[in-house]
Parts: sequence; structure tokens; C-alpha cells
Amino acid sequence: MARYIFSRVGQALLVLWAAFTISFVLLQAMPGDAVLIKFQNPEYGLNAVQIAEIRAAYDADGSVVLQYVHTIGNFLTGDFGYSLQAGVAVSAQLAANLPSTIRLAGLAFAAAALLAVIIAVLSNLPGLGRLRSFIQSLPSLFVSIPTFWLGIMLIQIFSFRLRLVPVINPGEWEGLILPVLTIALPVSAPMAQILLRNIDEVLTRPFVSVARAKGASHTFVLWRHVAKNALLPVLTVAGVLFGELLAGAVITETVFGLNGIGSLAEQAVNFQDVAVLQAIVVISAAAFVTINLAVDLLYPVLDPRLKAKLGGVA
Amino acid sequence: MTVSLGGRLEGSVLPSPVLDISGLRISYLDQNGPRTAVHGIDFSVFPGEVVALVGESGSGKSSTAQAIIGLLPENGRLESGNIRLNRLEIAGWSQKRLDGIRGSVISLVPQDPGNSLNPVRTIGKQVAEILVIHGKASGAAADARAIELLERVGLNQPALRAKQYPHELSGGMKQRVLIAIAIALKPSLIIADEPTSALDVTVQKHILDLIDELRREFGTAVLLVTHDLGVAADRADRLIVLKQGRIQEQGPTTNILTNPQSAYTHRLLADAPSLNVRQRRVAAVAKAEHGKAGDDIIVVEGLVQDFGRGGKDKGLRALDNVSFRVRRGTTHALVGESGSGKTTTIRSVAAFQKPTAGKVIVDGLDLSAPPRETLRLLRKKIQLVYQNPFGSLDPRQTIAGIVEEPLLNFEPIARAKRAEIVASTIEKVGLPLDVLQRRPHALSGGQRQRVAIARALVLNPQILILDEAVSALDVTVQAQILSLLDTLQRDLGLTYLFVSHDLAVVRQISDTVSVLNGGKIVESGVVEDVFEHPQSAYTRELIDAIPGKKHPLHASRSTLTNSGNI
Amino acid sequence: MTILDTAERHRNIDSPNPLDWISPAPAAEEAVGAPAKVRAKPILIQPGLVLAYIILAVALLWAVAPGLFTSYDPVQGLPGQQLKAPSALHFLGTDALGRDLYTRLVYGALHSLSGAVAAVAIGLLVGTALGVIAGSVGGWIDEVIMRLVDVLLSIPVLLLSLSIIILLGFGTVNAAIAVGFTSIASFARLVRSEVVSVRRSEYVEAAFGSGGTFFKVLWRHVLPNSLTSVIAFTALQVGSAILQLSTLGFLGYGAPPPTPEWGLLIAEGRNYIATAWWLTAAPGVVVVLVVLAVNRVSQAIGRAQQ
Repeated sequence: MARYIFSRVGQALLVLWAAFTISFVLLQAMPGDAVLIKFQNPEYGLNAVQIAEIRAAYDADGSVVLQYVHTIGNFLTGDFGYSLQAGVAVSAQLAANLPSTIRLAGLAFAAAALLAVIIAVLSNLPGLGRLRSFIQSLPSLFVSIPTFWLGIMLIQIFSFRLRLVPVINPGEWEGLILPVLTIALPVSAPMAQILLRNIDEVLTRPFVSVARAKGASHTFVLWRHVAKNALLPVLTVAGVLFGELLAGAVITETVFGLNGIGSLAEQAVNFQDVAVLQAIVVISAAAFVTINLAVDLLYPVLDPRLKAKLGGVA
Repeated sequence: MTVSLGGRLEGSVLPSPVLDISGLRISYLDQNGPRTAVHGIDFSVFPGEVVALVGESGSGKSSTAQAIIGLLPENGRLESGNIRLNRLEIAGWSQKRLDGIRGSVISLVPQDPGNSLNPVRTIGKQVAEILVIHGKASGAAADARAIELLERVGLNQPALRAKQYPHELSGGMKQRVLIAIAIALKPSLIIADEPTSALDVTVQKHILDLIDELRREFGTAVLLVTHDLGVAADRADRLIVLKQGRIQEQGPTTNILTNPQSAYTHRLLADAPSLNVRQRRVAAVAKAEHGKAGDDIIVVEGLVQDFGRGGKDKGLRALDNVSFRVRRGTTHALVGESGSGKTTTIRSVAAFQKPTAGKVIVDGLDLSAPPRETLRLLRKKIQLVYQNPFGSLDPRQTIAGIVEEPLLNFEPIARAKRAEIVASTIEKVGLPLDVLQRRPHALSGGQRQRVAIARALVLNPQILILDEAVSALDVTVQAQILSLLDTLQRDLGLTYLFVSHDLAVVRQISDTVSVLNGGKIVESGVVEDVFEHPQSAYTRELIDAIPGKKHPLHASRSTLTNSGNI
Repeated sequence: MTILDTAERHRNIDSPNPLDWISPAPAAEEAVGAPAKVRAKPILIQPGLVLAYIILAVALLWAVAPGLFTSYDPVQGLPGQQLKAPSALHFLGTDALGRDLYTRLVYGALHSLSGAVAAVAIGLLVGTALGVIAGSVGGWIDEVIMRLVDVLLSIPVLLLSLSIIILLGFGTVNAAIAVGFTSIASFARLVRSEVVSVRRSEYVEAAFGSGGTFFKVLWRHVLPNSLTSVIAFTALQVGSAILQLSTLGFLGYGAPPPTPEWGLLIAEGRNYIATAWWLTAAPGVVVVLVVLAVNRVSQAIGRAQQ
């Protein structure tokens, strides 16, 4: 078991390191760096020497290898460099913006999970007839809606038409209702799809027949036998869901004009602010890797079969 | 072994049946619309009696069983008919109403113990559950009763087992757990749906003995659904022979075995290897011995095969010092239960894996360190036929493409010549030429296996390795394929390495045999010697476990092997 | 082991990582999931497959021959016709420059669809090549490729495409490349798992057993059998690419104005949401319908392959 944990942590660190390297190669090692783009602008009226000084200040000079080593060292100590656009430390920007995004994404995740479970439960209620196929079709509808458009439409319907939720100067929590909904709908879709598929699949297993043959009712079988078997595999897509949440946050924060990591990323792209985007990419990769690691370590606790398998190996 | 039916009939009052089926019709809805699987059948099961529903695949035996307990698949429908359980008509009952009698009055021992227990709940909870559902016990009392039940079905350390999960138990142990669940509330009828077909033969015997013992103790009637006539003959008071949803014949077991009325039953009995133990073929090598034969075409010496990741990991030793020889033109059988190493052995002989140690010599070619060319030469000499023709034929190829493919791997042959070879090979295995343009899914299981044999033969090999090649087939089809193999061996002088778990089949078709257990050969020799005078305890146990002993038939029945061509 | 055995075809159960047990793509699992049951109704509400095909056919015709559907100019506005509400003259109204919205949607189909197809082509070609190599060669090459795929999967899709946009700059082609790049990993993963499972099949062993060489067997059996499920997945990816491209277009990273790209249309219409809501609603509805149709077709392909 200890060996399993050790190897999982090692793999996670390896993936993280590689993700950093890829982002570095994509964003920093390429020619035509952001410092040049910004300060070569004649508006600034800088000469070549001054640009070189600025480049040194931004750590943009020196060989690529040196920069790489430098950057990785800085990242490890929590120094993500300086934002070109805002001129402040990226770490400060992140610190200022992370909490609101975490709150938004956390609420959205909870709402999405709730929605997915509701869909799964509803579509397994007996005697629904046509309503059932409608409910089962919801997830495929949800994945087909562009998130940004959904946000705009929600504002249009609930704020402008129905005037239920104010968009201008809303209360702190009031202002989160529509953004949370905007992220939650598309994120709930894959969860609900996996749940529905798993429930259908588990229901065909022989042990379900055996439980029915004991005299257990359909509902009893669903809760006692199917639920856990169907829920466990959902955990394995937690990392993918995280990615969806983050994408949702980028778009939603842009659409609703909220502060957060998402709008930070969007601005970073607009202004070619490489340091900011790289920091966000690496932090997201770290979050993804951590989530998957947590799932990997949690799974054997929840699934007795895997525990035995690992026990045998260790 | 049982209360005889005759005894009961002599009594003045005939007891009312536990189960009385009349006019039962079942249909399934598939893409092509409704399809009737059971066409109005009638039968009864009396208290304390064992009735066997016997039939091949598609006979409707499992559908019947599922309909009785109200658990047809979702696309299945009970069209019409009566199901009376203790004189109570339950045919039209809702699932909710059926929940009240399932488990308490009628219970199920399922087919596939490996998948029939919830993998994420403990054994104890799953046994206790039936008591809780029917309000017989709850909490600690139910748990304690569950442990008692586990002990009753012969599990050692029942308290420990109760805390374990299904994957920690063997197949036989899982089936015992399922039996414990089935008998927990002392139902009046147990439906045992192929209860042992997924188990090894020695385990099968123990499980069937257990069901017998419990049923006698509780006076429970058993409806035994099985494809295995040997099992049915041994265990049932009465037989019901089903074919394509219709009853061919029903009556006391002895009557049917000794004096079958329908032609189908007749054929079924003749084809069942386990009921024809005395029937022996004439050794194929008799003919060959006059010629150049007599040499050993396969020599395996001290074969060791380890699996594992190497390095520090202590690998698994799958084969330990396995040695045997096969004479040219004969059939050598490797028998053993699952995990005995028989598949590993043939994979080494077919050079799909390198032996860890030991020697494999096939027709003079040493496979211990084969250069690439040797390997390719070997492919022309030795071919493999797999158990499952669904998996061993590429679903996207036509039959012609499948049989032709080996020819494309060696010296180029003109297209017309290839077509000729393919056609003659297809005819050799007894298939009509119009199958050539079809794909595997359009063929029946037996036809597919013939295609697999044709592919193996097209290179004119000297050796065929038959890996459980007839195990997945219905008994009548099995008999046809065995007969085909026998003919091919005599015509082409082939050597067979025949791998099987089914001793009755092995006894019928092979000349020599090696018995494998735990990766070691425990006994080896001429088939008659091994079967008549087994030397090792394990072989004796295996032979004892072959079902069908209770009613040995005489070899007077038409024989399957056409041995007249000496 | 039961849960694992039934689905072994798609899940690498040997891996200690539970993530490997589940294939990353819904379509892939759909394609080989539990046997079709009568209960499994079409996931779409009503329209069914026929409607999906009709929608796709119309969208394709818009892209190929927009002139057949409208006589207005997609770029040049009509003077005095600004921000007209939908009418007989202007089916979906006009935008702030007096351009007919319906016409812009029709002409936009080419940009949105060709971008999506190009993006998926990148993912399909590169991803499939990587997957086939990893799955068929195995060994350390497999290890390296799959670890690389893991890394790509660890970066959220949108951030990955933003990183590529920041590198390549804005524009239709760059946006398509960015979106295509993000799908390489999932293609590679799916293809590898398919190749590995086909390689384990008995007909492949039988092909080797009858003297087949590595490349012959790869060509005759492994590729044809492992690439079928890729078809359904490819269709699904087209839908997702349309969505991603419209997102990039909306953020302003795709085609520049006045290109009538669908995502950009929504972004432009958004400024007039209070007065001319149809300018935002209509392009969104078109995107939803097309994506739904593509997904429905993908699902049908998956079912048919079972």
C-alpha cells in the first residue's frame, strides 16, 4: 500500500513537472517574447539599451535553458514573475483572484452534482412514461449549449425580462446565482450521463437479478446495490470535470464581468501576458493532478476489490 | 439419492404440485419484432422432487426458469399460460406482489457465481439481506443467522467469510454463498439455473451434492436447469427435454435414459460424452504405424514457465517441470481444471511465449531458442483452434478471407490457386461453399468452429492444437465437430494436442493423456490405463466427479466415431 | 472483478490507476457499452436521427452554397436598415450595421464548420497516429507517449487552447489549430486502448499463429477493428469543436470582424441584448441545434457499430 501511494505521488509530480515544461515551451521559449512586443512600441520611446534592461528585469534575457531553470526555481518558491500588463507580481494577482473563483467553482460543482443526481433519480422513478425520456435527454442538451451564450440568455431572461435577479449591483450572493447556474448546467451533463449509463449497466448485472430473487423491490435494489456501483466510476472523471469547471469559470467571469482567475486568464490572452497565463496553466495542472491523486488514493478505500489488488502487490 | 417418484405415486393421495406450469408462452422483443422463445409448455414439480429442464442453447430452458420467478429480461414477455405456485396462480402478478414470494417461497441459485454477488458489499450483509427484506430478522440477529447459514453450506471460517467481499472467495465458495441465500427462508421451490456450468468439475460435484443434501433436509423441490445430460441424469427424479421452446419428452429419469421416445432425445443421449463412457474409439495411430510413424512429433521436457514482472517481483510459476511426448498421428489430451496450466503449456508448444526453462521440440525443431525463420517454419507445421470461435475469427473478414489469410503469409500463390485451396478446405470441414462470402456473425457456433478448423488446415499442418475447441458448443454440435476431427485425423494423418477440462470428451477421443494440476503433470499415460486405473488421488477425484455415472449406458448405441475404416 | 470484466474491452483494468478503467470519451463508451436494450431510448427528446440528418444537411448546404439560401450580402450592410426586428424581409432581423442576420448565419456556417472539421482532422491524424504507435509497438515508446498524453490531459482544455492562441496569435486558422491540439490526447488515448484490446483478441493471435508478420497483422486486423469506434468519437469531437471554436470566437480570438463566425455573431449581438435580443438568441440556437444534431449522429454511429 505504501508503495502504491509512493508511486502515485511520484507519478503526479512527474506529470506536473512535464506540464510545467510544456507550458514553458509553448509560452516562454518561443521567439518574439511579450516584453519585446510591448516595449518596442514606439509610444514608449525606449531605446535598445533600455529594452535590454527591462528584459533583464523581467528575466527575459539569457539562454532558454537558464530561463527554464530560473523559472522552475521561482515557481517552486511561489514566485510566478511579474504581470506585464498590470506590472504587479503574478502571485499577488492570483492571491487576489483565487478565492472568488474557488467560491464560484465550488458552488457550481455542488449545484452540478445535485442536478446530476436529480436527473439520475428522476429518470429511474417508475411510471414516468414520456417524461422519463425527456429527463434522460437533458444531459445531451446541456452539453450542446455554448456556455457563454447560456450565460447571456440567463441574464436576458432572468434579469432583463423577468427582473428576478438584478445584474447591476447585485448582492454578494445574489450576483452568484446566474453565474453558478451557467457553469453548473454544462458540468452536470457528463456527470448525469455517466450516472445514467452506469445505472443502466449495473441493472443488467446478474447480482441485481439475485437481489430481486431475494424478494428485494426495485427501489431497494437501486439504493442498496446499484447506487454505489454506479457512483464509484464517476469519481474517476473528477479531473475532467475540474477542467470543465475551470473553462466554465473563464467564460462565466468574462460574461458576467466578475473578478477571478478566469477573467485574469482572458485578459492575459488579450494582452499576451505570458507570465500570468503560464502561472494559471501550471496552477490548474497542479489542481488537476492533486484531484486525480486524491481520487487514486481514495478509490481503494471505497472499492474493496482494488484494496485487495493493491494489498497483493504491496 | 432421492425420494423416488415411484414411491410417491404408490401412495393413495397424490400431493398437489409445488409448481404447476401450463400453456406457458414466452416471447422476446428484438429488432425484428417479437420472437417466441417458449411455445406453450406444461409441466409440474412435486414437493421434494428434483426436476431437470434439459436442452441445448435456444431451447428456452432459462427463459422458462426466469419467467417462473418473474425475472425475465426487460425485452422478455410472458405471453400466456399459468404458473401455479402451491396452487396459487402467480402468472399475472405485479413485481411488487412477486417480491413477497421471491426468496421466501421460491428462490434462485444463479448460473454465474462470479457475477452474482454485489462486488462492493460484504458476503455477510448479502446473506443477511434476505432475512431483513422478508422481516425475519434484523441487525445483529440477521448477521448471526447469516453466519450460521454460511456454516451450513460448508464454508470454513464462516465468521471471517461474512466480513469478506466476493472477490476474496473462489467460484465454488461464491456458489455456496448463493445457495445459503437461496435456502435461508426454506422455500418450497429452488430454481437452480445452470448452477455449476461455470465451475470446475470437482467443485461442480461438491455443489450438486450440497444442493441435494439441503433439499432433502428441508424437503424443498428443485427445478434444475441444465445443458448437461450427465448432471441431469445423476441428480433429477424426472427429466423434461426441451428443444426450441417445445417439450420433446418428459418422464422419470430412468425411463427416458433407457427408453427415449423422441428422436431428439435419442440423439441427445447418443451425443452426450458423459453418458457414453464405455464407448471407445479405435486408435487413429493403428493405421499410421504401418508407415513411417511411431516417432514423437512433440517432445516437451522439463518445461518451466514463470510469469511476473521480473526483477524483485516474485513471479508466478505457471508450469513446473512439465514433460510429455506425443506420437505422430495420435491424439494427446491435456486435462486439468482452471489454473492447472494447460493453456500455458500449449502456448509454449505453439511458440507464443518463450519457456523460462526446459525444452520444446516440435517435429525436430527446437523451440527453446528459435531463430525467426524456424518460427515461421513452425507456423506451417502447427496450428491452433481456439475455444471460442466468436473471438478467434475477425468479425470484419469474410469466411473466404479468413481461410485464405494464412496462405498469404508464405510463398506467393496465384489468386486462382488460392481460391481453389480455400474452397477445397471449406469442403473438407463439411461446410457448403456459399459460406465463403459471408461474415462470421452470419454463421452458427458450430459453423464458425468449422471455419476456424479450415483456417488451421489450409497450410497443411501436421499438428493441430485444439484448445477447448468443443467446450463452448452444444452437445449435438460437439459430437459433429468431434466426428469431423476424427475423420480429418484419419484422412490427413494429423496429430492432435487436445486441451480440455471435460474428461468425458477426452476419454472418448484421445489416445494418450496428461493430467495437469497446479502447473505440474500428476499423471500421464494411455487413456484406458489412466481412466481405469488412476494412480494419483487427484486423477481419481477428477474421474469420480464426471457426471453421468448413475446411469451408465451401454455402448450398443450408435457410436459417434466412424472407426470402421481400418 | 465483475465490474471490470464486463467492460474490459474499454478499460485497462491492469492499470492500478482507476482513471484507466474508464475511457475518456462518452462516445467511446457509448459505442461499446452494455448491449443495446429496449429500454435505451434515443437520448434526444423527439427529433430523432432523421431530424439530426436534416439539420446537418442544411448546415452543410449553407457552408457549400450560401447563395442558394439568401440574396443579401453577409458583410455589406443595408443603409437605413439597422437593428430591424425579424420580419418577412429580414427573417431574423438586422444588426447594428444593417446586415441581415439570417444571411450572416448562412455564410457563417462555412467558417464554423470548416474550422471544426480542420480542428478535428488535426486531433484525429496526430492522435490516431500516436495511439496506434503506442498501442501496437508497446514497451517504452508506449510509456513515453501515454505519459505525454497524461500531461496534455492535465491541462484544462480551454487553458491549453488559450496557450496556443497566445503563442500563434488570433485568427480562424490559429483557433482551429488550438482546438485541434486539445483533442490530440483524447484521440490518442482512445485509439491506444482500442488497439491494445484488439491486439489481445484471439483472432490477432491466430493471425500471428498462421505466420503473419507484425505489419501484415496490424494492417489486416488491428487497424480496421480498432478504428471503427474512432468514427463515432470523431463525430462527437466535431460537435465539441464547434462549441470550442464558437467560444474562442466569442472571446474575440478567432476570426476578426466582419467575418460572420457564429461565436462572433453572439458577441456582437450581445451589445444590443436589451433592444435586439434576437441578435444573440438566433446564432446561439443555431449552434445548439447543429451540435445536438452532430452528437445525435455520433451516438447513432456508435450504436450501429455494436
